[in-house]
Amino acid sequence: MQPSNHRALRFCLLAALTLAGAVVLSGAPETKRLSVYSPTANYSLPVIERNGGDYVGLFEILEPLGEVAARVDGRQWRVRYNDLDGEFTDGKTRARVQGQNFDLPGSFLLNGDNGRGLVPLGSLPNLMQLFLGAPVSFHETSRRLFIGNVAVHFTAQVNRTAPPTLVMNFSSPVNPMIATEPGKLRMVFTHEPLVPPGSQNLTFDSTAIPSATFQENNGAAEIVVAGPAPLFASFSNDGRTITITPAPQAVARPAQSPVPAPLAGSANSAPQPGTGPPAAANNSTTPSSSTPASSSQYFAVVDASHGGEERGAALSDQLAEKDVTLAFARRLRQELQARGFTTLLLRDGDLTLSLDQRANLTNEAHPAIYICLHAGSQGSGVRLYTALLPAGGESRGRFLDWDTAQSGFRVMSESAESSLSTEFGKRRVLVRSLAAPLRPLNNVAAAAVAIEIAPIMGRISDLDSPAYQQLVAESVTAGIEAVRDKLVAGTRGTPPGAITSGVPR
Amino acid sequence: MIPRHLIIGVTVMLAVALGMSGYVWRMRGRVQQTETPVLYPHPVAAPVQGPTEQVTLYVAYDDPGSLRPQAASIPLPAGRQERAQELLRALLGLYMEKSSSHPLGSGADVRDVYLVDPGLAVIDVNDAFADGHRSGVLVEELTLASMVQTLASNIPGINRVKILVGGKERETLAGHADLSCIYDVSAVVQMVAGLQ
Repeated sequence: MQPSNHRALRFCLLAALTLAGAVVLSGAPETKRLSVYSPTANYSLPVIERNGGDYVGLFEILEPLGEVAARVDGRQWRVRYNDLDGEFTDGKTRARVQGQNFDLPGSFLLNGDNGRGLVPLGSLPNLMQLFLGAPVSFHETSRRLFIGNVAVHFTAQVNRTAPPTLVMNFSSPVNPMIATEPGKLRMVFTHEPLVPPGSQNLTFDSTAIPSATFQENNGAAEIVVAGPAPLFASFSNDGRTITITPAPQAVARPAQSPVPAPLAGSANSAPQPGTGPPAAANNSTTPSSSTPASSSQYFAVVDASHGGEERGAALSDQLAEKDVTLAFARRLRQELQARGFTTLLLRDGDLTLSLDQRANLTNEAHPAIYICLHAGSQGSGVRLYTALLPAGGESRGRFLDWDTAQSGFRVMSESAESSLSTEFGKRRVLVRSLAAPLRPLNNVAAAAVAIEIAPIMGRISDLDSPAYQQLVAESVTAGIEAVRDKLVAGTRGTPPGAITSGVPR
Repeated sequence: MIPRHLIIGVTVMLAVALGMSGYVWRMRGRVQQTETPVLYPHPVAAPVQGPTEQVTLYVAYDDPGSLRPQAASIPLPAGRQERAQELLRALLGLYMEKSSSHPLGSGADVRDVYLVDPGLAVIDVNDAFADGHRSGVLVEELTLASMVQTLASNIPGINRVKILVGGKERETLAGHADLSCIYDVSAVVQMVAGLQ
């Protein structure tokens, strides 16, 4: 054989090997996993593919959550979880749980090798809800199962210090796997029930750290922070805060403004009512408080209703309810803090927050009182509302029913409403006390009062008046001060370990 | 030299074109004279057959923000479900009047009322009802309280009420009043007491 032929053969062989290696490596299937987050335990399980569908072992899911026993009887698979019985038949979609028929989206499978009972992944939300009696939310595409109020929320803001830093505050301690690559810092949260903020794409007004994205995949959540220079992450506040800093040599020139940069489209773009009070120094996204981040206990949560895409009532051609509530909320926070009440403002910018998110953030803060602000053009003075609880709702064990979580706190809410009413009356503000079907009052596990502020003299422009805002803020603060001891006692009386189902329906 | 037959053809075509133009001009004038029919804003419902009965409607008044009982005589069919529907139509009829104490948006109507045992009434309003509703805690509360109380006080056995919009569940009526839940009539009765 000629040398040139040898060379050609060697080249072909090398090319074939390279190609085969690439095919093998790229085709290596990623093991599918299901992550389960519950108040008892967070764990991960393998997902098994059968008959073209995804299955998971029911025994394995229930085992970390309570007492489980299972036995095989011919084609029948019987499982007992705490006091609940389930009966499944191999190859059948019909099952019985607690004596009730339950239809699975696919056939139940009995794994002959070890007697494991496999249920389709899509059946988990309803099935687990039946077994656990707690609300369950399933992110099916990313295979993440949330049981009860376990979600970990986070906020992110870039501080225009030198160097600029991205500060991420989490509602519970986190411990992600961190990887850096050119232009990116990747944090993978496998064991934390992290949920996305309002938007999955966060943009910051900073050249050093311009954006971050949230995504979920294969039982994990991932935050990727982008930056032109290498980024470093450090932990503080017992794992509740992650600070991301660009490498020193690539630090962008610090901006002139001392105000932290908010998320794009949030605080900065909020149209402020012209005569409203100045924004607090921390003009960040939700939630915000002037107390240190380490403080997880707030006395009051103030919620400026509506925001972002949801404008609320159009009070006039120029005045939207969302802007009026924000101005009142900022004034109220200022007044409460001046009297020594630690206060969390759920929305400190023009941000869209769902009712479930508002309730979740409030319940996680465990406040003594939740105050929700609305504004209306109808009538005059203020109207105070406590929750009108819907029909049904049954709390099971440590889980409070989501729709009627307020039921155990109604006395406290009415007491606070009465005190507020007295203080408004003292200041000659027309006041009415009512019950209303107004979410998220019924989802809040604390004393909860909503205030609908109408013009004091019948003019819409009253709602934009700093004097009126101050009058309302003073009245509310005085009302809360009058029942401070009761509210504190009320929080002590909360059932220990009570968990509200913080999973959006 | 232009052939003679061509001259005749062109002349005839010009005459036809002129005639057509005149006709179109005349028709256009007629169309402009015709009055545009006024759209009747109220929903058209089949006439109700049945004896006239005395009922109590709970009518919302925006000005003081209250709910007041008001006696009315309306023809009601025999079936419970149809009666429920007619009651709410009568109530909405008041709100659709020009001098209404609690105006609703144009075209607001009740599509259906379903009475589901035991004691659950499902009120299905149309999209125009919710889309055209004014936004505000009190104004939305008055609408819901008025409908639930009217239904519950005239149709015995209703203890829960669910409200759908266009056959689907909606989170709120117009940004405030919760529509995602099932209303407990006894709780609404207490709420109504505060509104009277």
